[in-house]
Amino acid sequence: MKVLSEERTRILFEKLTKYIGVNVKLLIDRPDGTYCFREKKDRVYYISERLLQLAQTVKPDHLISAGTCFGKFTKTNKFRLHITALNYIAPYASYKIWVKPSAEQQFLYGHHVIKSGLGRITENTPKHQGVVIYTMSDIPIGFGVAARNTMECRHADPLATIAFHQADIGEYIRSEETLT
Amino acid sequence: MDIVNQILLNEQKKAEKYKPITVDKHLDLEFDLGTLLAFDTNDVDSKLLKSNKDDYLHSLTRDNTQLLLNKIWELPTERIDEAIVVRLPQPTTVLPRAKPVPKPRPLTKWQEFAKAKGITKKKKDKLQWDEQLQKWVPLYGFRKAAAEKEKNWLIEVPQNVDPMTDMYEKKASEKSEKVAKNELQRLKNIARARKVKIPRVGLPVTSDKASATQLATAATVAKASTASLGKFQDKLPKEKEARGKGVHELIPGKERKRRAPIPTPQAERESNLNLLDSILNKRPKIDMEKAVAKHIHNEQVMRSEEKKNMKPSKGKRKGKGNATNFSAKKPKAGRGQRNPNKKTPGRKRR
Repeated sequence: MKVLSEERTRILFEKLTKYIGVNVKLLIDRPDGTYCFREKKDRVYYISERLLQLAQTVKPDHLISAGTCFGKFTKTNKFRLHITALNYIAPYASYKIWVKPSAEQQFLYGHHVIKSGLGRITENTPKHQGVVIYTMSDIPIGFGVAARNTMECRHADPLATIAFHQADIGEYIRSEETLT
Repeated sequence: MDIVNQILLNEQKKAEKYKPITVDKHLDLEFDLGTLLAFDTNDVDSKLLKSNKDDYLHSLTRDNTQLLLNKIWELPTERIDEAIVVRLPQPTTVLPRAKPVPKPRPLTKWQEFAKAKGITKKKKDKLQWDEQLQKWVPLYGFRKAAAEKEKNWLIEVPQNVDPMTDMYEKKASEKSEKVAKNELQRLKNIARARKVKIPRVGLPVTSDKASATQLATAATVAKASTASLGKFQDKLPKEKEARGKGVHELIPGKERKRRAPIPTPQAERESNLNLLDSILNKRPKIDMEKAVAKHIHNEQVMRSEEKKNMKPSKGKRKGKGNATNFSAKKPKAGRGQRNPNKKTPGRKRR
């Protein structure tokens, strides 16, 4: 478990602000104890200080993961969010997309959200904004990037992509062995 | 009877000439038949050794040799071409070697990689059936070149290549490049095995184009190669510094720093919050669409305000022609202002 370098912390926070904006502060500044980000094998874990202390008693070679994996740094030093971060991102998400029940399965199989499956969308969503995808019953099922802004969505044709798929909870089954 | 006595006498004389094959020893000898060795652990008779050294040693050697041969005769014998032979057992005595044990040859980079990945070499047949030539063609060596020549009597020029290129020449140059690359790698392997330092940049590239990482490394190193270690060199807008193994070592004065100590939770939180503030306070890029929309919205608000302000003044005026409210637009049905006092509501007519 390494401390993230300043450059990497910056990359991580820049990515997180794309989804939850100012609320990233709430992840660090928590009333119920101090939480921090740690890195292991290029994967970033969000972990409470107390748990970290306990995890440090394990030999580094034997420790696979501790805390919640937020994502990983690619070889080109970009940060990629994993679905495991959804629990922390969904409550703070500022821009949301709700999908119709008929389009839920499509999304959970890793497809983009298309106009015909769009139930609701947050007002004033800009283009290329990180969004959290919800079912109509307000259950977060993944996140992605808005392909169009809200105004454009109104006039888009039914097969046009509204949000690019990035991660969905179907990955818990599809890529079970790679999630940590 | 004479003859019998004669024979017996002769036999006795003959037997006297040879020594007996049985030898008495206080302690049994230790044998290692594999190496034809016998160890005599009995005491040496020092008196005899002093008085009659040669004879004593001679007889001792004979006795011990006799014992060794007796042991050999106990082994199962075979007869091969009228000669009696014996198969010796495995030697048990460990002999020390004169020279040090040779070190294993250092692995090449590929061999190391293959070992780590568990790749094993597949055995290929020397001859392979060629469908085109309808005969067996060697994989390499004698008659391979001839077969290749026969096969490639004509080479097609691909669509995306200049039609005037000599494909044979191209093929030859490709081959020579491959050979050169292999040679370079061979030398690199030797250098690695001998732990010789070789420069990481400035070497000729092995393929015809340098890779992006090679170029980035070269650029980063070149930039740092000024008297002030590149401190005053300008940066391009989206320039990235080369990262990765060994890049820092190439740049003087940029040795890897000692890892910073793990900060306390409070300090880490503070620094994280500061970093976040700096990210969030970044001046946002001008979103043209948003800006235009906002401008239009503002204009509309202004116009509506103006209209509201105009209303009271309009009420005072009487008569049909209201010059202030005139517009060149086509009149729209049902959108105009109505006079509730009028009896016939409907489109405003002018």
